[in-house]
Amino acid sequence: MSTLHLAILLPFIFVVIIPLLYKYTRAIHTGWIALVVPVTLFVYFMQYFSINKAIDPITVTVPWIPSIGLGLTLYLDSLSLLFALLITGIGTLVVLYSIFYLSKDRERLNHFYAYLMLFMGAMLGSVLSDNLLLLYSFWELTSVSSFLLIAYWYQRKRSRYGAQKSLYITMTGGFSMLLGFIILYAASGTFSIREIIAMGDAVTTHALFIPAMFFILLGAFTKSAQFPFHIWLPDAMEAPTPISAYLHSATMVKAGVYLVARLTPIFGAFLEWSWTIIIVGIVTLAMGSFNALKQYDLKALLAYSTISQLGLIMSLLGVGSLSMNSNYAPYSEYFIAAFVAAIFHLINHSVFKGSLFMMVGILDHETGTRDIRKLGGIMHLMPISFTFTMIGAFSMAGLPPFGGFISKEMFFTGVLSLAEHSNAWITIIPIIAWIASIFTFIYCMIIIFKSFTGTYHEDLLDKKPHEPPFGMLISPAVLSILAIALFFFPGLVDTSIIEPTVKEMAPVAPLFIENPDWHVHISAWHGFNLELVMTIGIILLGTWLYLTYEKWKTPVFDLIPRHLNLFTLYDKAIEGMEKTATRITKSYMTGSTTHYLSYIFSFLIIAALATLIGTGSFVLDTSQDSPIEWYELMLGIATVIAAVFVLFSTSRLMSIMGIGVIGFTISLFFVIFRAPDLALTQLVVETISTALFLLCFYFLPKMKASVESIRFKLTNAIIAIGVGLTLTLLGLSAYGYRVFEPIAEYFSNSYELAGAKNIVNAILVDFRAFDTMLEIVVLFSAGIGIYTYIKLRYAGRND
Amino acid sequence: METFMIILSGILFTIATYLILNKNFLRIVLGITLFSHATHMMLMAINGLKRGAAPLLGEHADAYTDPIPQALILTSIVISFALTALLLVLGYRTYIELGTDNMKKLRGESHE
Amino acid sequence: MKFTDVYLQTATKILVFIIMTFSIYVLFAGHNNPGGGFIGGLITASALVLLYIAFDLQTVQEVFPVDYKKLAATGVLVSVLTGVGSLVLGVPFLSQTFKYVELPFLGNTELTTAMIFDLGVYMCVVGTTMTIITSISEDDI
Repeated sequence: MSTLHLAILLPFIFVVIIPLLYKYTRAIHTGWIALVVPVTLFVYFMQYFSINKAIDPITVTVPWIPSIGLGLTLYLDSLSLLFALLITGIGTLVVLYSIFYLSKDRERLNHFYAYLMLFMGAMLGSVLSDNLLLLYSFWELTSVSSFLLIAYWYQRKRSRYGAQKSLYITMTGGFSMLLGFIILYAASGTFSIREIIAMGDAVTTHALFIPAMFFILLGAFTKSAQFPFHIWLPDAMEAPTPISAYLHSATMVKAGVYLVARLTPIFGAFLEWSWTIIIVGIVTLAMGSFNALKQYDLKALLAYSTISQLGLIMSLLGVGSLSMNSNYAPYSEYFIAAFVAAIFHLINHSVFKGSLFMMVGILDHETGTRDIRKLGGIMHLMPISFTFTMIGAFSMAGLPPFGGFISKEMFFTGVLSLAEHSNAWITIIPIIAWIASIFTFIYCMIIIFKSFTGTYHEDLLDKKPHEPPFGMLISPAVLSILAIALFFFPGLVDTSIIEPTVKEMAPVAPLFIENPDWHVHISAWHGFNLELVMTIGIILLGTWLYLTYEKWKTPVFDLIPRHLNLFTLYDKAIEGMEKTATRITKSYMTGSTTHYLSYIFSFLIIAALATLIGTGSFVLDTSQDSPIEWYELMLGIATVIAAVFVLFSTSRLMSIMGIGVIGFTISLFFVIFRAPDLALTQLVVETISTALFLLCFYFLPKMKASVESIRFKLTNAIIAIGVGLTLTLLGLSAYGYRVFEPIAEYFSNSYELAGAKNIVNAILVDFRAFDTMLEIVVLFSAGIGIYTYIKLRYAGRND
Repeated sequence: METFMIILSGILFTIATYLILNKNFLRIVLGITLFSHATHMMLMAINGLKRGAAPLLGEHADAYTDPIPQALILTSIVISFALTALLLVLGYRTYIELGTDNMKKLRGESHE
Repeated sequence: MKFTDVYLQTATKILVFIIMTFSIYVLFAGHNNPGGGFIGGLITASALVLLYIAFDLQTVQEVFPVDYKKLAATGVLVSVLTGVGSLVLGVPFLSQTFKYVELPFLGNTELTTAMIFDLGVYMCVVGTTMTIITSISEDDI
């Protein structure tokens, strides 16, 4: 147990503590209790952070299930540290914000913060695990906690729908990812990411290595809402806004980015990896930014913007991974720059998007709507909010003097160098990127100006807008300051985080081998170059398009057919699956005991008989048989007659008597077979059972002569004969064929071992006392069960 | 003797299975009882019968019958008793509450 | 179903005494002779059933006021605690031991922890069986 383990454990402890304390601390907002966790953890992780030098990676292990190679191995390097700081840092701000956002009196805060802590712990676990299985477990736990948080207002149908959708999609991806991990394990023999990376070619030459890559990418893409799996993210916006800010923009959706970055050392040198990520990322970027334009709901707009920004980061990671490919060795340095841009944009995005979500939450909170058609003209009513929104949106649009400007420029550098050092047709990528950036610019303007300027519609708003409480503004204020700070002082993160991260991601990049002293240096001013021209183009064209937005939006959006989209496809697919599942289930779950038992018996016959015959194990050996006495024969015949009598009897009393007769003949058999204990027990049990049958007898209905069809009877008869035959053959084979020496000899020493002369009793109470103990527990449970059957009545008709 | 007993239990198994597949609740319970009887017989028979004295050391015999099946069966008898009683009362309560002991009528509605 | 059968009642009074004695004997003899907790318990239960048949529920309940559910639970508890006892002494769960001691009147007697365990089994069997039977017969529709 190290402090790192404790750090992950802390949120989970609070998952338990918060609901417990909730009852007794109703006077204060539960958020203040929850706030302890991210603050503590942020301070804890900050101790590893220093501006001038990189962290020395730390590995700590606690064995968990050693037999399947599952250990709680945690690994903290710069990449993990970056995510840990984002999770705890943004986490602190979000919890603080939520204290003012969620009403203490109306919401079930114990649930909310317990889920939130669950998520925080799971997310920290995912980014700190070195073991793939551990990573997978935490990964799925983030999906589960995200599900719980989206469905937080579970009374709303949309919330439940969104939660379910996100769970389906991310879990499908997660499952595929697990498959990939298992293949990696098969190829390498270890689940440790470090060890797999160290193995190098031994893993990558495995036949299933490329499929494993795609399986894992599927996991990353679903989690990070990449096209075509992005459809869950807009519906996830049903979650409370602090959750959208935290899970669905700053942290959880970046888990896919994390996974790609983390596994780049393994897969990065493969062109399949790089190009898949680049193409998916660019498509997502374009599609997301275009769709964002269509939205009226500010949160939906931000959701699409998140999708597109994640696509941007993804595509940069793809471009960056080309630096490890031998075909591109001479241009290694240019591609590494894309990695730098990816990590820097990741930080920027968390900052400005977190802030924007919080601002939208404030708008919603203070005006009662997030619809840009209703909002407008409230700039003079909420000047502070306006400022913060503007900072966030300008940073997202890539304007100076905000952090987003630098990373947007670096993004252009990345895609331009890709086009420069690749085939001619790749030029399309920078063009798409540029167009997408224009869309980004437009929707950023929409966020600011549609909601804050223009005409003020007092009649459309539920309440009169005013500035939110001071506490609610703290978090966006901090993030806004950061957004500016990242522009003027990118040095805060370049040496400490970005440089070591990039070196971890591309350990074999030719650049680092040739030039070990290479350093990242990010600065706001790159000189007057093509990227700057592109930015100026975006501003000019974007402004013009924004001003003419009303004119062109309808004809352009109508170009895309409404019914042919992924959302409908998803709904249809889910509906179809549900229908098929119901049909299949109904075909065999008929609710008839006879049917169910027939399945079981048929399976027994087929499996046992097939094995018996297939392996040629049937043995008939009568040479060892002990002689049959005449009275034994008589007893046997009597038993069979009684059984046949029960079979054909239509009288309840007679059937019960018949069973009684069989019971007593069996106890006589026990006497003959030298089993006095059994004989005694059987005798008494039979007596009591018969008494019991007769007690219930009065109340049981008369057995009617069966009116079943011949077919029904015949099927049953065939199954019954099959079962009888199979078991007889099994019994005969078991009797005639001895594989092991009997262990009875050991128990013959019962007098020395247990002081008992009755061996059976010694086995029951001494050698195998545990079985007996469980047995009386079963007996007792049956007794209690019967007692409740009798005493419990339908509550409704208490007569 | 052993072969005879195994075939005997085979016959009991057949009848018991047929009873269990019936739609009448009481017959099902009787079938289950019969099934456990057959199982006990077969367990005894597989191990060989009448080979030595009862497993009581006080008998001072040269050989004793294998005590393990006996211990198993003793446990089984008690468990089957509990099961029979539970099923019987279940059937009885079902009949009181729902007015039938026909498994076909006890099937749930199709929408369930 | 209240009926009075003088012959049955008189016979039962004697029989129950004999059966009870026999069942206690079977319980304690179980270690060395046929018998033990299961059989002892079932025999006791059958004696009680006989009582219930000869007399009616209320009468027996007054003379013999035992809550069978509690008896069964106590039985399970006794058995489990015997097992836990061995844990306390640092040996595996449910390890049994035995010892021969001189007791007044009984002479050289074997005392075993298995006996206590078996007593738990006995109580559980009696308790459960009687719970089942009394709850069915008490049930008035």
